This record gives sequence, structure tokens and C-alpha cells, in this order.
Amino acid sequence: MTKTWNNRAWFMVLPVLLLVAFSAVIPLMTVVNYSVQDTFGNNVFFWAGTEWYQDVLSSDRFWNAMGRNLAFSAIILAIEIPLGIFIALNMPRKGWGVPICLVLMALPLLIPWNVVGTIWQVFGRIDIGLLGRTLAAMGIDYNYVNDPFDAWVTVIVMDVWHWTSLVVLLSYAGLVSIPDAYYQAARIDGASRWAIFRYIQLPKMNRVLLIAVLLRFMDSFMIYTEPFVVTGGGPGNTTTFLSIDLVKLAIGEFNLGEAAAMSIIYFLIILLLSWVFYTVMTNAGSEK
Amino acid sequence: MARIDLEHIRHSYGARPQSDADWALKEVHHTFKDGSAYALLGPSGCGKTTLLNIISGLLHPTEGRLLFDGNDVSTLSTQERNIAQVFQFPVIYDTMTVYDNLAFPLRNRGVAERDVDRRVREILEMIDLSDWAKRRARGLTADQKQKISLGRGLVRSDVNAILFDEPLTVIDPHMKWVLRSQLKLLHGRFGHTMIYVTHDQTEALSFADDVVVMYEGEVVQIGTPDELFERPKHTFVGYFIGSPGMNVLPVSVEGAQARFGGTAITLPGKPRTPMGGAIELGIRPEFVRLGREGMPVQITKVEDIGRHKIVRARLQDHEIAAIVREDEDVPAEPHVAFVPEKINIYAGSWRVAFEGESERTAA
Repeated sequence: MTKTWNNRAWFMVLPVLLLVAFSAVIPLMTVVNYSVQDTFGNNVFFWAGTEWYQDVLSSDRFWNAMGRNLAFSAIILAIEIPLGIFIALNMPRKGWGVPICLVLMALPLLIPWNVVGTIWQVFGRIDIGLLGRTLAAMGIDYNYVNDPFDAWVTVIVMDVWHWTSLVVLLSYAGLVSIPDAYYQAARIDGASRWAIFRYIQLPKMNRVLLIAVLLRFMDSFMIYTEPFVVTGGGPGNTTTFLSIDLVKLAIGEFNLGEAAAMSIIYFLIILLLSWVFYTVMTNAGSEK
Repeated sequence: MARIDLEHIRHSYGARPQSDADWALKEVHHTFKDGSAYALLGPSGCGKTTLLNIISGLLHPTEGRLLFDGNDVSTLSTQERNIAQVFQFPVIYDTMTVYDNLAFPLRNRGVAERDVDRRVREILEMIDLSDWAKRRARGLTADQKQKISLGRGLVRSDVNAILFDEPLTVIDPHMKWVLRSQLKLLHGRFGHTMIYVTHDQTEALSFADDVVVMYEGEVVQIGTPDELFERPKHTFVGYFIGSPGMNVLPVSVEGAQARFGGTAITLPGKPRTPMGGAIELGIRPEFVRLGREGMPVQITKVEDIGRHKIVRARLQDHEIAAIVREDEDVPAEPHVAFVPEKINIYAGSWRVAFEGESERTAA
């Protein structure tokens, strides 16, 4: 069989190439450009090499923010994934309850992120907030503005409130796709509730859970809007996550070179961790 | 192993059944003998799976009682009934090994690990999967998976019955034969009561001691493959079993003779009861003789299917099929005659017994 070679066929990929170039590659390249140069204003730039990268990687500020970020992601994953699965398991499979549950679950996902922040910012205030005043009335010393621990609790509870639904909906989709025969066979085999979960439901939810973990990890690792609105990164720097720190650096301090270097490092870390997650989770369930 | 009695079982999927059509299962009253192999045969939607699920306890009948060895189990759950069921699509526990899959029903029942091991090895041997014991069940072929499903039933030595719900649907044709003969073998060896749902007559006739033919939510006939073939109790059984199905012709009956058009046909005897409804004569294509004697026909088609030929012809205004040997010639002026002993007479689609016939088929 002879094949026709025509190099002009490469033009067919041009539209996609252009699209990706303008939406991703070119903006990224400008960041790369900033990250290797220094400026004193007047649009005059000097070659700085890897200096900014060295600065970022050797600064405590960066590693502290990174630590907070990893802790935050770990905590919300540890809460949201089990909680989401638990709620999905207890949602009705048929009848009038299904649409009600689905709408209720979808609601938090439909609210704009800064509005979520505002809701919780007001909700938690000790002078006018429902939560803040109730806790105060119960004699609990709660103040997310002054107390780092309270600030963390608030941000975490907010994220759980906002995003557990996503895990619920994904898990639910995985659950309803399991054919009835599996449950019937399990009943005939005398399987306990736990065994059904462990050997039927969990393996069948494997794929959707992978997606849920990936999405939740990436989102939480890049979190910005909600904690920014609620705590502004405070008290002190205790809720300053990488993205908040990045914005402070770039816009607050106008330190473009260091901010650009940090962006690149940040991006590579997310890419790397996502890849690790994906590889681990896809291999975990496979043969051998 | 147990005898299974169905006492006036009726089932409706709707809440308040009003008319006859609301019943997915119209009254079934029957006993499955201990240690026999039964096939529930019928077209899709005839209620056979409903009946099976009632026996296994996945469904609870709207009316009637179910007895295992004389004990009422109607209200018991599936676990408590202690039955095994193999489904249409193989159900396996993906993440477990083949060995653990088979051990699962025993471990769930708290059987000691030493006995589990003994039983599982025995069953692995029997279903030819010993070499696969340590493999994860996920990567197996459909027929291996179905063997595991079956094995999970066999592994419990005390099951009351093993139920099969069209278990060979997703199996490749050449493996169907293998699995079916293996199943027969296992039945012979263990003597479990087995009930096998299928819409495939070959499967039913080759598997079962007794075949239960169902049609529109009713059991129309229960019998050995021979009985179903020779004396179909309902014209539906005649059509459904056999290939091609039974020829059915409208006739009138006087004494021991039937009259079709202007021709008199000798019957094996005098029909016993006075008959209401439309009277029909049923004769299997295997017992239609093509020759120079009898009623003249016009041949419309001859299908050569190997060992024999199917001759399709017009007899007055009716289609009729006859099976002739491959080497037999079709005469130039063809006539058909019926083997008298093989004729059945139907009134309102139900068979009418002849005088002097044994009671066996009237069951």
C-alpha cells in the first residue's frame, strides 16, 4: 500500500496551535520572560538568570506558604472524600427524593467563589454573624480575625461546605451505575453492609473517586478567592496560601521577577503532584 | 438441597392489580422435586425471571406461599433461604482473586478458614480454574467469570437450590456447549435442585429433566422434553418448541375423525370431552409425510439445512411445513398425510385428551 505524503496537511493543526498559543503558551512565556530578568522601571530589563528562582527556593516565606497549602489540601481531602462518599451512599436511588437531593447538593457549587467567601465572612463575624454570635453565646471563644486556629477552622469548614457536593455528585454517579445484579449476588453470598461497600461499591467508584481527588487537590492547592475574602491571609500570615502570597508579591510589592519565578515553580509543583496522584491511583487498582 | 413448593403464587409489580393484565405472574402452583434439574422456558416477558426471583427471595410474591422442604420461607430474606443464583451477566468481585471470590460466601458465613480452603480448592478443581486461583478476577474472560459465579454457588455445600437466570447469554457459542455439559455433569455429581431460566429451547431441552414452559405469566405445560414435543398442551408450546414449530390447522371433529376442508383425517382416538372454542389440529413437521397419498399441496419453498430438508407448502389456504430426509425426493404431484398417532387436537388453544389416553399428560 502506498501512502500519500503531503506536508501541507500540517496546516490542519494550525487553528488548534494558534488557540493554545494565545491561551496558554504565550502568557506562560511572558511569565518565563519576567522570571529570568530584573528591572528598575522605565521598561529597562537586565538578564538575571536563575537568581529569582534561587531567591524563591531559599526563602522561608515560600516554604511556609507551601507548607500551609499542603496541610490545607491534606485536611480538606481527608474530610471531603470520606464525607462525600458517606453522603452519596445515603442518598436515595429512586423516587421523589432524588431530584431534591441532587439540587440541594448542586447549590453550593453554583455560588460564585467570592460570594461563598462573603457568606462565611459575614456568617462567622462575632458582632453580626449567625455562627459567630451563636458560638459566642454558647461561651466559645471564637474569633477568626485574631485567632489563627479559628481562622483555619473557618476556612476549612467553608471549603468543606463549598466542595463536598462535588465529591458527593461524582460518587453518586459512580454508585448508580452499578448494576442491580451485583447487590443481589452480594445478598445471596451473605455479604455484610461493609463487605458490599468494600468489594462492590468502592471498586466501582474507583474511577470517579480518582477524578474527585484530582479535582479537589488541584483546586485546593490553588485556592485563593475564599480565604482571601474571609481572612485576607491573616491573622498575620497564618492563612496566606501560595496563591495569596503570589498576588501579594506581584501586585502588592510589585516584585515581578520573583513573582514570575514563583509562578513557574508553583505551576511545576501542581503538575508534578497531579501526575503522581494520577499514576498512583490508576496503578493501585490494576493488574499485578 | 430441597423440594420447592410454590403454592398459588401470584405477582404484580404494580401496587393494586385490577385486571388480568396487571399480573406479571398469574397463579403458579407447582412443586419442584428435590434434586431435579428444571428449565423455565418462554419468550421474553413471560414472567420466568419474576418466578425465579420469587424463589430466590429477591422478590416477594403479592400472593401465595413458598415452601422449602415443607417449611414456609415466603417471608425469609435471600440469605436466610440459602440459595445460590447465577445471573445473566457474570457478577464477580473485581478486586479479589479468583480464590477469594469463591471463599467470599463461606467467609461471610463465618466458616473456619481450614474448611474454606478445602471447599474452595475442591470447587476450583471442578470448574477448571485451579491454575487461576491467585489471579485477580478482573482480567478473566466472560466464561471464566461465569464459572466463578457458578462456583460461588457450588462452594456452599448446603444450598437449597441453584438458580440460573439465562447464564449463557454473554458466553461465546463454542463455550456454551462446554459450560452446559459441565453443568450437567455437576448436577449429576451433586444432585442440587437446579432451576434454569432461558428462552433458548435447545438449552432448556438439553439441560433439564423437566421443562416448565411459560407464556404470558402462566405455566402452560410442565413435562419432559419428549412430552413437550409429542403432546404440547397448548398451541403456544407447539409453536415455541421445535424448529419449525407445530402446524396448526382449523378442523371440525366427529367421533374419532377430524374434517379439514373436504378431507377426513383419522385421529388416534375419540376426544374425551365435549369441546368449546375453536377446534384445531396440531401436527409436527416431523410427522407430516410427503408423498403421493393424502391431501394435495403446492410447494412454495424447500430449505436444505443439512441432515434434512424443510418443505414449505400451501395446503388449501394454510401454510404447512414438513421435514423430509435429505435424500428423499419431492414428488411431482405432492400430497401430504399425517401420522395418526402424532396428531393432537386443541379446543380454544388447549389440548384435548383422547379416550384411553393415560392421565400423565393431563397434569
